Amino acid sequence: MRILAAGPGDWAPSVDDFFLPPFIKGLYPWATKFTLLVWIAVALVIVFFLLAYRNPKMVPSRSQWLAESIYGFTRENIAKEMIGAEGVRFAPYLTSLLCFLLLMNLFGLIPGIQLSPNSHIAFPIVLAIVSYVMFIYVGVRRHGFLSYFKHALIPPAPWFVLPILIPIEFFSTFIVRPFTLALRLFANLFAGHIILLVFTLGGFALLGAQTVLFRPLSLVSWAMAIALYFLEVLVALLQAYVFVVLTSSYIQGAMAEEH
Amino acid sequence: MTVLAEVSGSVSAIGYGLAAIGPGIGVGLIFAAYIQSTARQPESSRLTIPYLWIGFAVVEALALLGIAFGFVFT
Repeated sequence: MRILAAGPGDWAPSVDDFFLPPFIKGLYPWATKFTLLVWIAVALVIVFFLLAYRNPKMVPSRSQWLAESIYGFTRENIAKEMIGAEGVRFAPYLTSLLCFLLLMNLFGLIPGIQLSPNSHIAFPIVLAIVSYVMFIYVGVRRHGFLSYFKHALIPPAPWFVLPILIPIEFFSTFIVRPFTLALRLFANLFAGHIILLVFTLGGFALLGAQTVLFRPLSLVSWAMAIALYFLEVLVALLQAYVFVVLTSSYIQGAMAEEH
Repeated sequence: MTVLAEVSGSVSAIGYGLAAIGPGIGVGLIFAAYIQSTARQPESSRLTIPYLWIGFAVVEALALLGIAFGFVFT
């Protein structure tokens, strides 16, 4: 029996590619590439904004201009547009969230690092819990404890549909929202990393194929990897933006007077 | 006997392909609606962009649930 093409061979990427050994022996979950990258991202965001605003001038320096544009974008285009005039209060948090997510996502694409901490669900879960607690807290502060849940769970509808609507509202607001917020970010970066691995490693697998005719196809595979790399850049920027926009939209929903 | 291709692995890849049809159509509809609304009323393009991304993200979540559950239910 002759087999012309077999797969998946030992080249195929798997979930194990996301569990890296620690760089200090014995410190397994605490000193891996992921934790190091998170510390770097936090430090970069803090140091960048501190340095850029340490000595603000009327004619801004280059870093001050960059920091002001990022903050201005979040304040005008996300906070004010999604939440309204009150959104300015949330602009500092939204800006640091956006910068942190951008850095974390772009770590997945910078050559030499090529792995985003957000491709482990633990990190998106923490960020989603922060947004979840925040929008509930804001709603409770605005409406009071009982009337916030009444406002969030009971839509203005005839009484006989309420037994169906209340569970749906509860499920969509208090369960699906944090779950999808974390899962969306995680799955995008996880899938992005796997896709790049499939096409890069697949190119090597084709190069080593037994059938000589298949070997030039490795070039096609690598060209696909390069094209998808640019798609992943778009996804990294978009997912950071979407996370922030959804967080502000949930806050807006919690503060709104009407349903 | 010559076997042209021998593939072993998880069938969930096929399931994920099927699961991606729905969100694919949904995301297409969302961008179609955005393009149409912008063509009809160009000055509304900035106003509708947040809703475009929210709608895109919510629909796309279905496809991403497919990826996650493909790895969960093995």
